[in-house]
Amino acid sequence: MKIAVLVKEVPDAAVEKRLDPASKRIDRSGEKNLNPFDTHALEAAVQLKEGGAPVEEIVAVTMGPDSSVRTLHKAVSLGANRSIQLTDDALAGSDVNATGYALAKVLESEAPDLVLLGQQSDDGENYTIGAVVADHLQFPSLTQVVDLKLEGNTLTMKRQAEYGYDTVEVDLPAVISVGDALNEPRYPSLKDIMGAKKKPLDTKSAADVGIDAGQVGEAGSKTEVLAINPPPAKEAGELIEDADADVDATVARIVSFLEERKLI
Amino acid sequence: MAGIIVYVLGKDGEFNKNSLGAISKAAQLAGEIGGEASAVVVGESFDDAKLAELGKYGAAKVYKVTGPEGVAQPVVDAIEKIATENDIKYALFGGGLLGFEIGAGLTARLNWGVTAEATGIRAEGGKLIVERPVLQDSAIVDVAYKGDGGVIVSRLNAFEPNDSIGAAGEVVDTPVEFKEHSLRAKLVARGVQEGADVNIEDADVIIAGGRGLGEAANFSLADDLAASLGGTVAATRAVVDAGWFPYAGQIGQTGKTVAPKLYLALGISGAIQHKVGMQASENIVAINKDPNAPIFEFSDLGVVGDLHSIAPKLTEAIKAKKGA
Repeated sequence: MKIAVLVKEVPDAAVEKRLDPASKRIDRSGEKNLNPFDTHALEAAVQLKEGGAPVEEIVAVTMGPDSSVRTLHKAVSLGANRSIQLTDDALAGSDVNATGYALAKVLESEAPDLVLLGQQSDDGENYTIGAVVADHLQFPSLTQVVDLKLEGNTLTMKRQAEYGYDTVEVDLPAVISVGDALNEPRYPSLKDIMGAKKKPLDTKSAADVGIDAGQVGEAGSKTEVLAINPPPAKEAGELIEDADADVDATVARIVSFLEERKLI
Repeated sequence: MAGIIVYVLGKDGEFNKNSLGAISKAAQLAGEIGGEASAVVVGESFDDAKLAELGKYGAAKVYKVTGPEGVAQPVVDAIEKIATENDIKYALFGGGLLGFEIGAGLTARLNWGVTAEATGIRAEGGKLIVERPVLQDSAIVDVAYKGDGGVIVSRLNAFEPNDSIGAAGEVVDTPVEFKEHSLRAKLVARGVQEGADVNIEDADVIIAGGRGLGEAANFSLADDLAASLGGTVAATRAVVDAGWFPYAGQIGQTGKTVAPKLYLALGISGAIQHKVGMQASENIVAINKDPNAPIFEFSDLGVVGDLHSIAPKLTEAIKAKKGA
């Protein structure tokens, strides 16, 4: 079987994120990294393979600018056998709908048995791309999976829904987004990191995978950001920044706070 | 006439509060854009009399669809059909896991735009504009839809139910031919409560533990602190999923919503999914070693430090104070 893992380049967690007032998009300049939620999807693919599933290959797929090559190298160092980068100026500014469509077109040409992805991107906070991709592929789809077993062609999965834990069975092919509680992603070895750049990386344009240019990019997107506003003003709380320097003083301050608010 | 449809989720004979809030919001907005609000229910949990009650919350029509419950894709098929046949231009979901899944699937199916985590919606010139916080709530963007229609998935608890909007809704039996792939996900078990039954919703003081506790055994730090303050212990999704704490004590998007007098967070980063379940607390105190943790943005007292050394001393100090 072939597993495709969707990955995304996001601003590094340490970088303060902001919106670009001109484009009204997230400012994605500065340090970037593989979306941490996607590392759980890569780990899940590797564990399926190590667990004895007949996985012939794991393919990391991304849509992004030139710099996203580094994200693919990282994905390969974490267990993908090869990678595909969908990159095209026509794709810039794509919203969720357009991005899901574009990724589905790449996946169509790969015909994977299982598509895995992280439950959310660290920057967009949408949780939605998996279900968009699945509808285009006409695959069943489940999100936020925290336990996953493959027996034969059947995936059995557990996840939290509105009323507690649900268990759901799906016959492959399927698109599954995984929660961060599913596994503990491993660290790549130096050998894996060094070797990643030598693994095959296909770069594809929108036309290469048959994307209708009218359906992607800013023009093809079905949402439009009209304005960026500050959040409602909230009285800033008090912050003890270096609480470990004097734990007794910190504790005394917490106690006095609780007293002031009549909580003890 | 541009209608707004709301997916209504329920279990054990009760509708989900978030679905009811979404209907009431949809009814208000539909009035402003010159259409009507309707509801769609898939499954067999509710009889016609119960379904008609959705009218009180603002659903002029209730589309009743026989099909599998608890999975998203059959609902996508149902809404596609209903929207196409009834000039419905917007689909509104009250948040929650299925709302995100159905909304996303519908986006692809109908080629409509989607906005997630909406906290506000307003009508302008016959169209809907969605307010959506981004980047850990550091900004709010106004989003408009281009094209035929739009999907809106609201943040949990964004809209309050109002049961005095209308009379009984008209229940419309709606046969739907499901797609092959929509029926492939099969629900084996639903709503299983893993772990002990703990009551956190009535507590005045909640000590909540997150991944920063390090391991399950360290919940004893939260237990001790709770005992000193006369409070109850709760947890984040991450540690519940990890098996450190029972599901019944989970706060957030897929858990409970609480508003105690004191909410003291140990090792909780404060992701949006957690925030929506506790932001109404009167006093929020957070101890976390990561100075960039979002929880400090909405804490009344934030403590950047090691909870493993601070919490035990705090417990002792409170005991001493109370004993004095």
